[in-house]
Amino acid sequence: MPEPLIYDLGAPGRTGVNMPAPDVPLVDLPAGLVRENLPLPELSELEALRHLTRLSQLNHSILTGFYPLGSCTMKYNPIVNEETARLGGFAHAHPLQPAEMMQGSLAVMYHLQEWLKEIGGFAAVSLQPAAGAQGELAGVLMIRAYHASRGETQRNKVLIPDSAHGTNPATSAMSGYRVVEIPSDARGNLDLEALKAECDDTLAALMLTNPNTLGLFEEQVQEAIEAVHAAGGLVYGDGANMNALLGIARPGDLGVDVLHYNLHKTFTTPHGGGGPGSGPVGVAAHLADFLPGPIVGIEEEGSEEMGPVYGWHQPPKSIGRLKAFHGQFGMHVRAFTYILMQGAEGLRSVAEHAVLNGNYLRVKLQGAYKVPYDRVCMHEVVLEGRWADAPDIHALDIAKRLMDFGFHPPTNYFPLIVREALMIEPTETESKEVLDAFVDAMLKIAEEAHTNPELLQQAPHTTKYGRMDEVKAARQLVLCCEIPREQ
Amino acid sequence: MTFVPHTERDRQQMLEAIGVKSIADLFSAVPQKFRFPKLNLPAPLTEMEALGELKGIADANESADDLVSFLGAGAYHHYIPAGVDSILRRGEYYTAYTPYQPEISQGTLQAIFEYQSLIVALTGMEVSNASHYDGATALAEAVNMSRAIHRGGRNKIILSPGIHPQYRAVVHTYEDGGDLQFVGEDLDLSAGPDALIDLIDEQTGLVCVAYPDFFGRVYDYTKLAEAAHAKGALLAVSANPTALGLLKPPGEMGADIVTGEGQPLGIPLSFGGPYLGILTTRNQYVRQIAGRLVGETVDNRGQRGFVLTLSTREQHIKREKASSNICTNQGLMMLAATTYLSLLGKSGLRQVAESCFHKAHYAAAEISKLKGFGLKFKDAFFHEFVIESPIPAAELNLRLLERGIIDGYDLGNDYSDMQNCVLLAVTELNSKEEIDYLVETLAEVAHA
Repeated sequence: MPEPLIYDLGAPGRTGVNMPAPDVPLVDLPAGLVRENLPLPELSELEALRHLTRLSQLNHSILTGFYPLGSCTMKYNPIVNEETARLGGFAHAHPLQPAEMMQGSLAVMYHLQEWLKEIGGFAAVSLQPAAGAQGELAGVLMIRAYHASRGETQRNKVLIPDSAHGTNPATSAMSGYRVVEIPSDARGNLDLEALKAECDDTLAALMLTNPNTLGLFEEQVQEAIEAVHAAGGLVYGDGANMNALLGIARPGDLGVDVLHYNLHKTFTTPHGGGGPGSGPVGVAAHLADFLPGPIVGIEEEGSEEMGPVYGWHQPPKSIGRLKAFHGQFGMHVRAFTYILMQGAEGLRSVAEHAVLNGNYLRVKLQGAYKVPYDRVCMHEVVLEGRWADAPDIHALDIAKRLMDFGFHPPTNYFPLIVREALMIEPTETESKEVLDAFVDAMLKIAEEAHTNPELLQQAPHTTKYGRMDEVKAARQLVLCCEIPREQ
Repeated sequence: MTFVPHTERDRQQMLEAIGVKSIADLFSAVPQKFRFPKLNLPAPLTEMEALGELKGIADANESADDLVSFLGAGAYHHYIPAGVDSILRRGEYYTAYTPYQPEISQGTLQAIFEYQSLIVALTGMEVSNASHYDGATALAEAVNMSRAIHRGGRNKIILSPGIHPQYRAVVHTYEDGGDLQFVGEDLDLSAGPDALIDLIDEQTGLVCVAYPDFFGRVYDYTKLAEAAHAKGALLAVSANPTALGLLKPPGEMGADIVTGEGQPLGIPLSFGGPYLGILTTRNQYVRQIAGRLVGETVDNRGQRGFVLTLSTREQHIKREKASSNICTNQGLMMLAATTYLSLLGKSGLRQVAESCFHKAHYAAAEISKLKGFGLKFKDAFFHEFVIESPIPAAELNLRLLERGIIDGYDLGNDYSDMQNCVLLAVTELNSKEEIDYLVETLAEVAHA
């Protein structure tokens, strides 16, 4: 029995949370502007909370099970982060209060800027972007502004590897750039010769994800970046896979000019069922003046007795504001808390164990599954979910069957360059026992694919819901409940 | 404080299985001279120490809870029922991601479907997306939608000067450098919506207004919608959802797109984020809306269920031809708004809105009785209004702060001719006693 819809619960006249009556004299409501009907549901508090609690139980989540969703870094989100973000001083801080009253918030943001600079090897950081995709937009707008400031407006193309996330080309197009796709080579690197052939005076930037979405470190990253720089282009780094690089290598040292971080992937802010993300950008010195602002700076240096005084600084050639106020501040507090608990050695251990877990899955699954690019991987491994002798089985069937074993499926059908891709990112917070249980399930499924393919094609079997009719959803669009329009 | 569960024995067994001697051997593809940089970060803390440290830092803030606050200007201090956070703290919600696998994500999917329904009901529109980053970026997406709906034609966009200055700044960041032309921002602030009608022509794609506007004023935009439609243009309204608990929804006025900042719906001030972008439209423009949409369907057992739908608009399918680059939405904030609206319901939201309205009008009436003070505008308002002070707003605010009051927003920050003007917001959390204290203190400090 599916959980009823909110509009099917409650009863006319029933109330949930009530508010005190106004303690001031009442005045006339504005004539002609008062709404006649407010068609919201009418539930008791218990009905509403029971409904939403029951719905929650239909979700798979990190706290209920393994969630190896490639490229999303579904690691444990420390509960203490939830405590610190809710401290009264932060949670009730109004964004337009004067900086002098908000020295705590500004201190968090200042230190987070500094730490992200240090971790990524950059000269400056802005925390403003709301999510990774907005960090990308910030980066590409900065690149455009940089070229314009040098009078090089003929630079109209952005190079993007064929393994890249869809946000990369979408962002470039939003910023008015022509997208040129660069193929990958046989070892899963971007094809250096194809890249060099596009390095001319119309080149604005290369957007590079490293490790790339095949889970592989780009072996010719230095040559690629040098070629782009030699042609006067800049390199945008997509920081989606930064979890593999913490304390291992700094993108800024490798020559990346601008990179976005995903605080909700690398720095344990919760994924929240699809956001909020948070996508700070780090830049090399020549782009610092273009950062979205304001950012936090030091107004007065501190002394032994007194800390410094923080204030807002607008970068002189800023691309402007990407969001009202100061970014996803609650996420800044969580990431700050996490880094504070890790320190340099902890962050390196994070990356090391993420990569250890990725490679452990790679070797354990190799053989039963084809690993199209067979070399040491980083934090994730990409498999093919297909066999020549089981032609009716697709990656999707494997994904759905995994649910019967209590696992969230890996990312599937991405990256686009691997046929029937299964992209598995275990993260460092999963134990060997969990990985072994996952391997057992995957091996069993590989066997079932050959012996009992219908079992996979009909999967999942043990979940509360079966496969959904997505065609019906798109053809007969129903995007909301029936709303009672009359009083 | 580590969250890595590996024992030494685990590591050895795993390295052996992989066929390398040490973890460092896994990183040989990283150029040697850049490998294993020494990071200069503070020494790691345990959970207990980290919490203590953060408490100390949070205490360095003087927040709206410590003082009497009348600051709004796009972020509002409202009561959040206890039930809201009890739902947000459920790990099943906050540690899940985008519901790509509907069989095991029905909780998030149905919650989004219900959010879409509640927002449709509140705005009087027909389609809501699964949420956007915030009110400012949602307005920028409305502008993008206009371009898509008009297929690149009609590149004139009218921005009312009554839209939040930071929202207009975000629109410019998104669009400047493109082919759009923006007009209207330099209109006289007291002119009202009729002045916008004069700007609409055959090249106009979209007219953008706010409801209430940045100065708290409310207008019926029905005539503006008709004038826009008569010339083939669209109307976008950036609305405050609390106000919609009481006031005629923009959907009834003929708006084609309604955006808004959802923060007042159960989301803490949190120094400006994370908040919630509301983005809604008419059925006919559903293919031009940005962000995720959840639709109803059935599973292969005949049960009603929900899935992400129309994803052919989105970046992971369409890449450079996508309607937006947005990927995540504000999932958890969407859930806060859904819970808030479910708990308050029809009567509770109306109570909040009426309480804000009456208290703000009481405050405005009392302040305008003070010598030297007056209301800047004569128009109807909801829970925010502009006062003119006999002394500069910056000075006034400092003096009030010394007496424990966070006054409203100093409009001199954004408008050079409003150095003596303050934008005050009054919500259900402001008691009559607080308002009376504000009025008394204003009288005292203005003539000190």
